[in-house]
Amino acid sequence: MSIKIEHLNYVYSAGTAYEKQALKDICLEIPHGEFVGVIGHTGSGKSTLIQHLNGLIRATSGALYYNGENIYEDGYNMKALRNQVGLVFQYPEHQLFEVDVLSDVCFGPKNQGLSKEECEKRAREALKLVGLKEKYYDASPFELSGGQKRRVAIAGVLAMEPQVLILDEPTAGLDPKGRDEILDQIAYLHKKRNLTVILVSHSMDDIAKYADRIIVMNQGEVMYNDVPKKVFAHYKELEQVGLAAPQVTYIMHELKAHGLNVNTEATTIEEAADSIMEVMAHD
Amino acid sequence: MIRDITIGQYYPAKSVLHRLDPRVKLVATLLYLISLFLFKNILGYLVTTVFLIAIIKLSKVPFRYIMRGMKPIMMLLLITLLFNLFLTREGDVLFHAWIFTITEGGLRTAILMAIRLVYLITGSSLMTFTTTPNELTDGIESLLKPLNKIHVPVHEIAMIMSIALRFIPILLEETDKIMKAQIARGADLESGNMIQKAKSMVPILVPLFVSAFRRANDLAMAMEARCYRGGDGRTKMKPLHYTGVDRTAYVLVIFYVAAVVIIGRCVPFHVWIF
Repeated sequence: MSIKIEHLNYVYSAGTAYEKQALKDICLEIPHGEFVGVIGHTGSGKSTLIQHLNGLIRATSGALYYNGENIYEDGYNMKALRNQVGLVFQYPEHQLFEVDVLSDVCFGPKNQGLSKEECEKRAREALKLVGLKEKYYDASPFELSGGQKRRVAIAGVLAMEPQVLILDEPTAGLDPKGRDEILDQIAYLHKKRNLTVILVSHSMDDIAKYADRIIVMNQGEVMYNDVPKKVFAHYKELEQVGLAAPQVTYIMHELKAHGLNVNTEATTIEEAADSIMEVMAHD
Repeated sequence: MIRDITIGQYYPAKSVLHRLDPRVKLVATLLYLISLFLFKNILGYLVTTVFLIAIIKLSKVPFRYIMRGMKPIMMLLLITLLFNLFLTREGDVLFHAWIFTITEGGLRTAILMAIRLVYLITGSSLMTFTTTPNELTDGIESLLKPLNKIHVPVHEIAMIMSIALRFIPILLEETDKIMKAQIARGADLESGNMIQKAKSMVPILVPLFVSAFRRANDLAMAMEARCYRGGDGRTKMKPLHYTGVDRTAYVLVIFYVAAVVIIGRCVPFHVWIF
């Protein structure tokens, strides 16, 4: 169970003045059950890349294997792929359309051909997972607040029970509390259902906290593909391409420069606190 | 998929045509469209063809790109062609079967009409390819200014047009995004009969309308915040000025129209292609 990308290229609007190579020779492997963070500057190709993973965009050249099968082969069942690879777009609340919340969440399962009871059961489960109160189930999705709409939209994809969950900046424009709740919920799902999660984000702190591995995109190419500690060790290079490291990384480097022998590889607040406490205890 | 619609879109390039004053291009396009119906014989077609090819070359817009814009009107073209072909009864009968009769006149009218339509659309889309929506509405506003005297809200009309034009690519992009989002949720947009297909459009149209209203609201708010209050006393950042090239272009277009009328109507030249 894995996703494997080989020498993938994608060119936008080929043959016009707007022609642009969005992805250049991408080679990646994402094993089952991993939590992968994707970061990159605006226009670096991250959104284009993730739309390839469930076949919404067809690569100009190259191959993409899902569980060992090339999805570009003739007769490949794209619908089955999309049932297994769930994609939550940026600002997913803009895709809501039904008269009430529950029916909207049922849209995905209904398209999978499930019975009405099964659809509703899954929809209720998904809505519970994203933490939406039951009193809103019969409300129109357009009457909800921005954060609630976002939860409904994410539930709409979760209700399809995908094996791989891709989220494109799921927390953009949310308050800190809403952001933490949604990310914690995703991390919980990742652990409980052994989901593969691919999270696109601009927040280095979020990525550092949750991801097992980070893919850094820059101008359509994979710049780094490694564990967070290794990637954020390149914080100077990241800054050159318009990105940054988690705030913790900066503090630790600063402390080290001032003579405190802390571990500069710490990427989360907990690790940093441990390392500082350890050094202090030795002194 | 939906990005393929090129009709009415701007194509950035550095050409004389792109630099021309929008008023020249508007007047020239109008004259060109009228000129297409002012000639009778085959020589008129020759003159317009030469003119059109010259303009396409000047515009530096790839020919392939222009042809792509033809796709959406293919149906219209086909219907016109068939109507002219079967309903015109003129000259010798070339073909007759059951209720279908093709006459020499019908065949000629059908082919010539189709060419006229293609020229019509190519000419007007060349204008939008080489003129940004902003220039276009500036040009229209400036040309219609005299109507202000009889209380036609010229500025408002121009503003409505420029906003509408500006929103075409935005809404196309939005449609593309919503379609992808619903396909990702398993929506099936292709299969089924007419009614099922129409039904499958609901998950796309509802969010699209909602987003159009949201954007309209945001835009109105932003305009208000910048103290927009209509055209009275409003100045332009880039006022339109005619230059030497523009005057030359006017002369050339007038020259072309004169040539079409004289050659297309008065020169006795009959070639029966059939």
